[in-house]
Amino acid sequence: MSNAELIAEAGKIVDVAAKDAPLTVRGLTVSYGNKPAVFSVDASIPAGSMTAIIGPNGAGKSTFLKGTLGVIPRLSGEVRIFGKPFHEARDRVAYVPQRASVDWDFPARVIDVVLMGLYGSVGLFRFWRARHRQAAMECLDRVGMADFATRQIGQLSGGQQQRVFLARALAQNAEFYLLDEPFAGVDAATERAIVAVLKDLKAEGRTVVCVHHDLSTVAEYFDRVLLINVRRIAEGPVDTTFTAANLQETYGGRLATTHIDELRLA
Amino acid sequence: MIDNLITALGAEFVQLSLTPIVIGILGAVACALPGNFLLLRRQALIGDAISHVVLPGIVAAFLVTGTITAVPMMIGAGGAAIVAVILIEIVKRLGRVEPGAAMGLVFTTLFAAGVLFLEMTDTSSVHIDVQHALLGNLESLIWFDAEGWQSLLDPVALATLPPQLPRLAVVLLAIVLFITLFWKELKISTFDAAFAEAIGIRTRVLGFALVVVTAIAAVAAFDAVGSIIVIAMFVCPPAAARLMTNQLGRQIGWSVAFAVISAVLGYVFAGYGPGWFGSPYAVSAAGMIATISGIILLLACLFGPQRKRTGQRAEA
Repeated sequence: MSNAELIAEAGKIVDVAAKDAPLTVRGLTVSYGNKPAVFSVDASIPAGSMTAIIGPNGAGKSTFLKGTLGVIPRLSGEVRIFGKPFHEARDRVAYVPQRASVDWDFPARVIDVVLMGLYGSVGLFRFWRARHRQAAMECLDRVGMADFATRQIGQLSGGQQQRVFLARALAQNAEFYLLDEPFAGVDAATERAIVAVLKDLKAEGRTVVCVHHDLSTVAEYFDRVLLINVRRIAEGPVDTTFTAANLQETYGGRLATTHIDELRLA
Repeated sequence: MIDNLITALGAEFVQLSLTPIVIGILGAVACALPGNFLLLRRQALIGDAISHVVLPGIVAAFLVTGTITAVPMMIGAGGAAIVAVILIEIVKRLGRVEPGAAMGLVFTTLFAAGVLFLEMTDTSSVHIDVQHALLGNLESLIWFDAEGWQSLLDPVALATLPPQLPRLAVVLLAIVLFITLFWKELKISTFDAAFAEAIGIRTRVLGFALVVVTAIAAVAAFDAVGSIIVIAMFVCPPAAARLMTNQLGRQIGWSVAFAVISAVLGYVFAGYGPGWFGSPYAVSAAGMIATISGIILLLACLFGPQRKRTGQRAEA
């Protein structure tokens, strides 16, 4: 085989690997009004990884997730989920929106919310049945919320609400989990419970991506980072990419010195 | 006592009161059902908006066709409702104002345009007036050919039922079908639109369908019972029902019950209530039905089992 063929062959292999990756994004641009919230972002999430999306407030982290999943329309860019357009790979993806994005006063019990995760397995014009309820209860059990199944969701604490959202995502039984700030405003016990579930998912070979705020726990919880501030700043393993220089570039002057000190301690 | 009741529910009742009560119930329930979802989506005002823009729609339909028959009226009203919904979207997006403000702006402007239209053109000679538009004419929807309960089995008599009755029945059936068939989709997208979109529910299409269903309910009910009942029924029974339960399915059940109670009690009180106080006159049934629904909401606010919701969360 000639060198040229080898190179071509190697290029293909790389291509194939990227093609089957849970998420490949090229030049994603999303804009509210005239100002782009996310500008020409590339990303490539390998299977079985746990990636934190990091960046300052208003950097477009949530917008990146929503643009990826077509929840909000994208201006330009290409998104491939397991090598396919999102609408063809929907069943393999579970999305957990920000807890604060919904009205928890909605008339529903905990189990009703988890059942929403089984939507895909119920079918058009059909209703949830006993076997769906059983599956939902198992998911609630995994997040330690089985005792709360018949509680009204508005009566839960922030941490409990977040666990219910995670249980709904577990009910989807997906291969690729995208979570928007799952640790925002939750108690320490919930944070530990959620991390444990996410690590289980990873151990089962599933892929996890979280928008994450707490820089001090990045190295402990995740193995990869994607640094975003409207544009992509850097992406890669925590060891090589989660560096002071990259963080400084991501946060600009906004990363307080105390923050950096905390990171050093961690 | 029992004799009184039999007389009260005799042939005269069937002829004069049965159809208005049934039409009142159908109209109230047809509005209350979509009202549940509008309320939870913080779009309750859209019912108000649609029932106001019906007026210019009806005037325009009269100007075009020169008649006040039902079909062109309903097409005009339905067309105006859809125009209003689209205008609200445009104002919301281009003006970047909150939805409530956009609705308020569009429906007051269109309603005012309707009143102007009415005055400037030669429509004053026919039976379109603001009073009628607001309160409808429930009491006039009597069943001339009924001779008693047996008329319900008589095809000849049934053929002379007020046309509003079968029309509202069909509309109500369509609404029940829509909510039943898309129950999961409506529930999920109302609670969490972003999640719904991600799992493949066409939230924008569904939201528009809900508004169209609302418009159909408003137009059909408006024709029979006037816009006061329409506006009240979109909001009061669902809001009261929300205070009774924490489950969406049960909330809808309660809202139907409250709508039926409002229609029946309202009609009876309007017709017979003043007599109990020695007055020979009856009051407007539409006004009384809307008032009863408001009283039910007040009672639910005071005594509803789920009235204390916000601010009672466990500490995080």
